[in-house]
Amino acid sequence: MPAAGPGRRWLGRFALRAVATVVFCFMFLPVFFVAWISLFDQQIVSFPPDGYTFAWYANALSRPEFARGFVTSFQVAAVATVIGVSLGAAAAYAIVRFRFAGSGTLNTLLLGPLVVPGIVAGTALYVYYVALENALDVDFRATLHGLVLGHVLLTIPWTVRLVSASLVGLDRAMEEAAANLGASPLTVFRRVTLPMMRPGLVAASLFSFIQSFENLELSLLLVGPGRITLPVAMLNYLEFRIDPTIAAVATMQIVIIGALMLISDRFVKLSRIV
Amino acid sequence: MSELVLTSLRKTYGPTVAVDDVSLTVREGELVALLGPSGCGKTTTLRMVAGFIEPTAGQIVIGGRDVTHLPPHRRDTGMVFQSYALFPHMTVAQNVAFGLEMRNVPKAEAEKRVADALSLVRLGHLGERYPRQLSGGQQQRVALARALVVNPGVFLLDEPLSNLDAKLRLEVRVEIRELQRRLGLTTVFVTHDQEEALTLADRLVVMANGVVQQVGTPEELYESPANLFVAGFIGRSNVLAGRLVSPGRFESRGGLAVSVPADGRAAGPAALALRPERLTLAEPGAPVAPCMNSATGKLVLVTYLGATSEYRVDLRGDEVLTATLPTPPASDPLRRLAAGDPVTLTWPADACRLLAPDGAHDQGG
Ligand SMILES: Nc1ncnc2c1ncn2[C@@H]1O[C@H](COP(=O)(O)OP(=O)(O)OP(=O)(O)O)[C@@H](O)[C@H]1O
Ligand SMILES: [Mg+2]
Repeated sequence: MPAAGPGRRWLGRFALRAVATVVFCFMFLPVFFVAWISLFDQQIVSFPPDGYTFAWYANALSRPEFARGFVTSFQVAAVATVIGVSLGAAAAYAIVRFRFAGSGTLNTLLLGPLVVPGIVAGTALYVYYVALENALDVDFRATLHGLVLGHVLLTIPWTVRLVSASLVGLDRAMEEAAANLGASPLTVFRRVTLPMMRPGLVAASLFSFIQSFENLELSLLLVGPGRITLPVAMLNYLEFRIDPTIAAVATMQIVIIGALMLISDRFVKLSRIV
Repeated sequence: MSELVLTSLRKTYGPTVAVDDVSLTVREGELVALLGPSGCGKTTTLRMVAGFIEPTAGQIVIGGRDVTHLPPHRRDTGMVFQSYALFPHMTVAQNVAFGLEMRNVPKAEAEKRVADALSLVRLGHLGERYPRQLSGGQQQRVALARALVVNPGVFLLDEPLSNLDAKLRLEVRVEIRELQRRLGLTTVFVTHDQEEALTLADRLVVMANGVVQQVGTPEELYESPANLFVAGFIGRSNVLAGRLVSPGRFESRGGLAVSVPADGRAAGPAALALRPERLTLAEPGAPVAPCMNSATGKLVLVTYLGATSEYRVDLRGDEVLTATLPTPPASDPLRRLAAGDPVTLTWPADACRLLAPDGAHDQGG
């Protein structure tokens, strides 16, 4: 159908663009509203706004709980990402490379944290920590390491998935070729396997960091005085007041995470992995 | 360059015997092709030499050094993979330099050797490209350069041409042969393409079911196949089952009496292999020289192939012989032969090769 061909194709392309635009708008609408509201010059949010102001940003920055929350969240996310990605990548490597008894089960098990609701996992961890404290005589509740440990759980499923995906595409013959050319197993890993895993590792780190940084449910029961994460600090603030300060904090958080994504996109094209 | 000696090499996977008792010596500078149908154990043998598979039993010696239990990176073999296995995150030059780097070759010398190796495979100008920016044939040549640049003791190739199109395959084949000769490389080449093996190799190893059937030059394998499998696998053969009734006298199951060379074989069941191009065709009643064997039958099929023509002749019973002749000129009465016509086939006694009978049929196809 030479006559119908181009017209049909044009229609198809148009439909695709239209759907993409709608979905895109739908996804970004909340972000847009949060950013918009953060500039409203009024205590109680109503439409249309009375005017615009940066006062809420000033307020957010002047309140110590948000600054401390940001630092705590950043620390926890960074450490949890380093630990979780290392463990998860090692597990993914073992699962893909060495088919051992139960490797399939292990693979499924490592995705477990994805299906357990955060509140449930937080409660379970809390109980577990109590038991651990009794047994080991070391504090876990309301400590930084207790919080980090909990967040490591968040990072592992993502890492295992993303790193496995990058390993499955790796032709075994490449590692053999390197060995054949005189590379010891360690060198093969360092010079061939690791570089091939890099996109997966970067994506896993990014996702792990974001997961941890924005996590509320799991953290609720694990934080302690002076170690409040940003999402928990925001929730605490909301208990007493509802004003656009929260929108301002959220906007800053979105900007920071967006910047992180852009930076990592410079190293690996994220669109190629996710 | 070094000699490669395999002694009673064996590999089993549970009950499956992938390679069974393979012994083979590849001399310095020799190109040996491993040839056989799919699943006969060629790749397994090659990978045991490279060290990627641990043999169940047997010994591998390269240049006088027993490497049977050494890991791949200490074996000094250069392997070219079917998928090329180039490192995608390194440039062509970095790929080729990898082996030199592992051997701690000084940088200046390494650069020179990389440049030499790349120009050897006519890719001197593409060193800065990445593998994905090359065509299949170019990638293949990078893989060759990468394996060659370190002067490996043994050069191993596993169906290196199977991913190339027919024309390129021919080109690269000639190129590999020239390189191998020029550098005097001890080479093992795996293929299931018999033409490739025949044109490329100094000697061939024909394998079936993990067992070496015969080792020899292309001529030896073609002229004196050791068994029915080789007779059918290398080129084509007509096979008649029957028995040797007395020295020099064979009688087929269909009752055809044939005089054969007396090779000292005892009387008993035997199979007779006959190359189609050793048969000649005549109209019935034409005079037959007394020293020639002859058989009369009915022509069932004539296939015109250009330079040659193929005639399928049905003898008595279920015995069929195929003769391949240079296509006769248009004026020749043979050109008027058609299916159904009676014809006589003749052949000299020395065209017959007596072999041990077994269940095998004509595998030439
Ligand atoms: N890891 C393995 N586990 C079990 N059996 C195997 C394994 N690897 C190979 N085999 C078996 O060993 C035999 C020889 O395999 P091999 O790969 O050496 O064949 P090949 O001659 O290279 O065939 P092809 O021409 O198809 O590449 C086959 O029957 C195969 O099924
Ligand atoms: Mg093979």
